[in-house]
Amino acid sequence: MKKVQILWVPVLLTLLLAGCSSTPTGDQAGAEVSEQSTGADGSTAGASTSAASQGGEWQGDPLENPNSLLATRVIYFDFDQSTVRAEYLDVIQAHADYLAANPQAVVRLEGHADEKGTREYNLGLGENRANSVRSLMLAQGVSDNQLVVVSYGEERPAAFEHNEESWALNRRVELIY
Amino acid sequence: MKRFLFSLILFFTWQPALFAELTIEITEGVEGALPIAVVPFSWQGKGAPPVDIAEVISADLQRSGRFKSLPREDMLARPTSVDLVEFKDWRALGIENLVVGQVQAHGAGGYQIQFQLLDVFRGEQLTGYSIPTTAPNLRNTAHRIADLIYEKLLGVPGAFATRVAYITSTKLAEGESSIKLKIADADGYNPETIVTSTEPLMSPAWSPDGQRIAYVSFEGGQSAIYVQGVYTGTRQKVTSFKGINGAPAWSPDGRKLALTLSKGGNPDIYVYDLTTRKLKTITRHYAIDTEPAWSPDGRSIVFTSDRGGRPQIYRVSAHGGKAQRVTYQNSYNARASFSPDGKLLTLVTREEGKYRIAVQDLESGVMQVLSQGSLDESPSFAPNGSMVIYASKSGYRGVLAAVSVDGRVRQRLALQEGDVREPVWSPFNK
Repeated sequence: MKKVQILWVPVLLTLLLAGCSSTPTGDQAGAEVSEQSTGADGSTAGASTSAASQGGEWQGDPLENPNSLLATRVIYFDFDQSTVRAEYLDVIQAHADYLAANPQAVVRLEGHADEKGTREYNLGLGENRANSVRSLMLAQGVSDNQLVVVSYGEERPAAFEHNEESWALNRRVELIY
Repeated sequence: MKRFLFSLILFFTWQPALFAELTIEITEGVEGALPIAVVPFSWQGKGAPPVDIAEVISADLQRSGRFKSLPREDMLARPTSVDLVEFKDWRALGIENLVVGQVQAHGAGGYQIQFQLLDVFRGEQLTGYSIPTTAPNLRNTAHRIADLIYEKLLGVPGAFATRVAYITSTKLAEGESSIKLKIADADGYNPETIVTSTEPLMSPAWSPDGQRIAYVSFEGGQSAIYVQGVYTGTRQKVTSFKGINGAPAWSPDGRKLALTLSKGGNPDIYVYDLTTRKLKTITRHYAIDTEPAWSPDGRSIVFTSDRGGRPQIYRVSAHGGKAQRVTYQNSYNARASFSPDGKLLTLVTREEGKYRIAVQDLESGVMQVLSQGSLDESPSFAPNGSMVIYASKSGYRGVLAAVSVDGRVRQRLALQEGDVREPVWSPFNK
């Protein structure tokens, strides 16, 4: 029963956030469009058109849309696992769609591990995690040259405590555009 | 006067940070240790003696856990040569061996150190040397004397005149860190930085002649392996393939590096010939294969692999071929390396959810856990095989620790500030 409630929280939060942020779009969209128009090549213009078609709420680069699944840039993993958890499949799909629609875009997939175990093995584990995300994206039509995999193992922790909370935050893949 | 006092205070507060970045405390041990007395050496020269040679020797012997040094305040006399020694007084104190000596200023910046190691019960000299040295080498000479005493009394060479390489990390503002590769004397004195980066540095490895260090640096936005001259500071990029470039390990002849590359899609073990620059594939498996280490005879390589589901240690010929599993106890065993005699492996094992340092006897397969932490890693044998140095956690900080191979003697080497990790003991100085 408790689980169900917890699952609803992010959904509600997303809905709330969606409601809040529909107002200040104009300003930001303007900035984005002017930046894109300086590019002056066909494909970039195409990208901004597809962004505008998302119901008129967000007219800039979809990557900048805080309501989009693309706003999620960190994927967390279970202990000693490099399998992507089901809850992140939509996020990866959204990024894959964006990359497929923007062939000039490149994303760096940075794999990380918690501090448990040895450093070089964790480098391998971090790479496996980044490769799991990469494989899913390739399967969804992203081109290989849009994906750069780098593993940092346990060398660049996001959280510094020696406890379960920190470890969970450190077992991750960061998507960096 | 005020200024003098101030500079005096400054001098004393500065001293530890300047000379001993790592402070060493023995946390357990010395039971059954040999009682020895190292009498303060006499000094013939101007001003105060530059280094308390007897103190350095005494601390080295004590730190090994094999000796119990008599505190100075308990000494009834302070003889500085054998003809001044009243052996019966030392026998009464239960001292078995006595070290006496002299330091003389000798020319410009030079010194002559004489010492004698005496058997108190037989009332005779076991060994004695007269050694010329210079001011910057005084501590090192003292460590060499400790090595000679250790070898004479225990039949095994001492490892006091050696060095330790390690990585430190100090947080700067806003999630930035300063990462350094340093080397220091085995007692923590004379730390020197040989690489500084804002990106991770990993896996330092000494060449067998102690002249070069291989390491992993992320300075280019991804991992690459470098080899750097310890005393020249010049370096060479060895590999920077796509993916992981990690875990460099020198062959015993110093001509090759075993390393981990994931250019083939996942981490595998390769051997890189430093002369021909040719790369040879040693393992080819879809699992993670990493952390290679050579046997002292150069004929085989042990490595970590999770091909069986969990990380375990495997052994393969240095020319490649079929790998044999070596570890069966516990569900996690990683980062193995050989003892200098090739009979033991030291490794990281997981026991009841805790990561600890263990040694495994290769012939019997019996594993003995040596450390007591929960996040211990990076074990490295002393070149005489007597101790294993490793990284541990103390509160929020990374510290270094050392334990005797029988697990009886423990010591902690704490950095004054910041995090310290990945210690590797140098080979013997040649």
